[in-house]
Amino acid sequence: MNSHEQFATLRNGETIPRGQIPQLAYLAFRRVILDGVDAGQRIAALFGDNPAGTDRVDLYAVLADKSNGQLHVGMTTLDAERFCSMTPECPQAHLFEREIAEQYGVHPDGHPWFKPVRFHASYRPGHDAWGRKPGEAPIIGVTDYYRVEGDEIHEVAVGPVHAGVIEPGHFRFQCYGEQVFHLEISLGYQHRGAERTLVGGPNKRTIHTVETVAGDTTIGHATAYCQAVEALAGCVVSRRADVLRGIFLELERLANHTGDLGALAGDVGFLPTASYCGRLRGDFLNLSALICGSRFGRGMVRPGGVSFDVDDARKKLALERLESALRDVQNAAELLFNSASVQARFEGTGTVTRETAVALGLVGPAARACGVPYDVRHDFPSGIFRFARPPMAISPDGDVFSRADIRWQEIRNSVAFIRDELPAISISDGPLRAEVGPMQPDHLAVSLVEGWRGEVCHIALTDAQGRFSRYKIVDPSFHNWTGLAMSLRDQQISDFPLCNKSFNLSYCGHDL
Amino acid sequence: MATILHNTMHILVAFTLPPLLLGIINRTKALFAGRVGPPLLQPYYDLIRLFQKGSVFSTTTTWVFRAGPVVGLVTVALAVLMIPLVGSNAPISFKGDLILLAYLLGLNRFFTASAALDTGSPFEGMGAAREVTYACLAEPAFFLGLLVLARLTGSLQLAEMLGDLLAPSHWRTAGASLFLVMLSWCIVLLVENCRIPFDDPNTHLELTMIHEVMVLDHSGPAFGMILYAASLKLFLFGALIVRIAIPFATGAMWFGWPVFLGGMFVVAVAIGVLESTMARVRLTHIPTLLVTACLLSGFGILTLVR
Repeated sequence: MNSHEQFATLRNGETIPRGQIPQLAYLAFRRVILDGVDAGQRIAALFGDNPAGTDRVDLYAVLADKSNGQLHVGMTTLDAERFCSMTPECPQAHLFEREIAEQYGVHPDGHPWFKPVRFHASYRPGHDAWGRKPGEAPIIGVTDYYRVEGDEIHEVAVGPVHAGVIEPGHFRFQCYGEQVFHLEISLGYQHRGAERTLVGGPNKRTIHTVETVAGDTTIGHATAYCQAVEALAGCVVSRRADVLRGIFLELERLANHTGDLGALAGDVGFLPTASYCGRLRGDFLNLSALICGSRFGRGMVRPGGVSFDVDDARKKLALERLESALRDVQNAAELLFNSASVQARFEGTGTVTRETAVALGLVGPAARACGVPYDVRHDFPSGIFRFARPPMAISPDGDVFSRADIRWQEIRNSVAFIRDELPAISISDGPLRAEVGPMQPDHLAVSLVEGWRGEVCHIALTDAQGRFSRYKIVDPSFHNWTGLAMSLRDQQISDFPLCNKSFNLSYCGHDL
Repeated sequence: MATILHNTMHILVAFTLPPLLLGIINRTKALFAGRVGPPLLQPYYDLIRLFQKGSVFSTTTTWVFRAGPVVGLVTVALAVLMIPLVGSNAPISFKGDLILLAYLLGLNRFFTASAALDTGSPFEGMGAAREVTYACLAEPAFFLGLLVLARLTGSLQLAEMLGDLLAPSHWRTAGASLFLVMLSWCIVLLVENCRIPFDDPNTHLELTMIHEVMVLDHSGPAFGMILYAASLKLFLFGALIVRIAIPFATGAMWFGWPVFLGGMFVVAVAIGVLESTMARVRLTHIPTLLVTACLLSGFGILTLVR
């Protein structure tokens, strides 16, 4: 170990010239990451880049240290087509390494679960980690699945087409009777190439691409993107715009958490909460529509600030509607949490231990439900959350109950936050939207936002002209899908839909 | 003459009313959820729609798959004709018909499960496994209950066991036994008809289903037969409970039929209320509930022979 080799340090929403990013040899780079993770840091992003006009592959890593709110950035240039995998020592790297291998055709040696992530052709034609020929289009979902052998073992395959109106994904269960030994999740059906379309930007399309990376996290992704652009352009957002962004982020959380509570109730056949929450989710979405005209907050968050102001009449109306919606959610949630038959289903189902959650680097409600206190709004605050933030919800048990409990806590916390912040917005707090100048050339910016599913991480690299040369998006689902797979170990196969709903992960956010 | 009239009425009610029960259950659930809900007659519309469709049969299936819905419907239809709905007679009735009822229900289950296994789909295999596992526990509860009735009435003929000989004269002397059997059969009704808390008839989640998952591959008229047979089965078990519960003679037609229909209405509403107020139990806990049903029926016998 080489103790003097380390990563550069920056904070959320800050930028660093590319020349100042420490460029380590691969083994030193790997050592810094492994030591960082051992010391309690998380891998927020680990991704490759193939600089234009070259054939080489650079790897970048961003480690998040919640103990002091610092982000550590480092890079390395691979000197071969193979590199030594970190996964055996650091499970949270596993999907990142598979992603790097798939995108740039380099091979992580010793990776224990080496399969494609999204089933697309390599970004570096002629280099393929699985030895496929150029032009040979991989078929989504065709890979060597893990199999348990034996006379009494049966395999159940679900999807990619599902019975409900949900996104496509393939799930394979290795079952012993009703008991699940192993669940393997294979995604990629929603891959649209979002990151690659952002290269060369920003242009007119960029913000719309970002808003639809995961449609239910429109505000989360748009805010993360805007923070990155503002950092690169040196633009300061007014407090007024920051507050509005914060309020919209919480509204998004409210709508989705309420919908999730309803869906959880629906999955155990508890009708009252299921039907009420379905409607109430709409009430929160309509609050977004009241201010910006879009139920999902499309068009609200823009580089430099926000597009829509809220006048006094709307403030009053929004607060009234918020209170009445909270009252109704309170009734529906109390019905759910006070019903013994529901609690019997929630408690002890789909448990993820704290150790597993930390090892896999889970984020968001899924992590906080395992007693892992990790919340970007607290640990890496940006925007309004530097000054005011809802308390962090924590629930210790890691089961479906804990994940439902986290949602109910966060619903109350988010309403309280909006109740405090919305009336205080005033014109004296600066312009709605500041001018955004050109972005600095050859810089890297890191931007983290606590979306409703967890940490949304955007990393932008600019070229010599100040355009994006690489844009990396890490949706919280990317970290959490493995958590779902682990939660099914030794569970009943009939509990899968309930566990799945309690995580409620994004397919398109993962597939990009 | 009276018998002919009675039997005509029996056949009419038993074959036209059952889908309405589903309509009432759905309406009750909608009311609890604050929705308007589907029309009361929606189950009939669904059946008509299904019978107008064509069928799709997988090439991997055999005659067993096609026989499943037919046998399923015929067995339940025969069974319904054996239960005395009012008074003490039923269209099909003979000494020892109790045994026939037992085997008709068994045959029904055997063919439904075989048709499911015939598709070779992992879902349907899973559903069939669940169905027969729970049946192992639901059947004893049902038969122990019949044993109580047989002992009380001293008969093995359903028309006598469940007819006016039973409830009117025995509620006073053996009320405890009858009450225990009724409770036990309520549980049997819920599990046999895949209602909450055992199964969720509304769910789209294949992995959690019991009965519904066995019939995923059926379509068109075959699926219509399955749905219709399911409503007949609900009617059958509802009628059993109503007949135990009504503690006075219902021989007179003008009095008997309204009382019986009222009883069925109450059963449907009760199922709707139950489904609106509780969640499904975990699949692993279903046997516990079914053993409870067995014990209830068992204690029903114990209190008789004390």
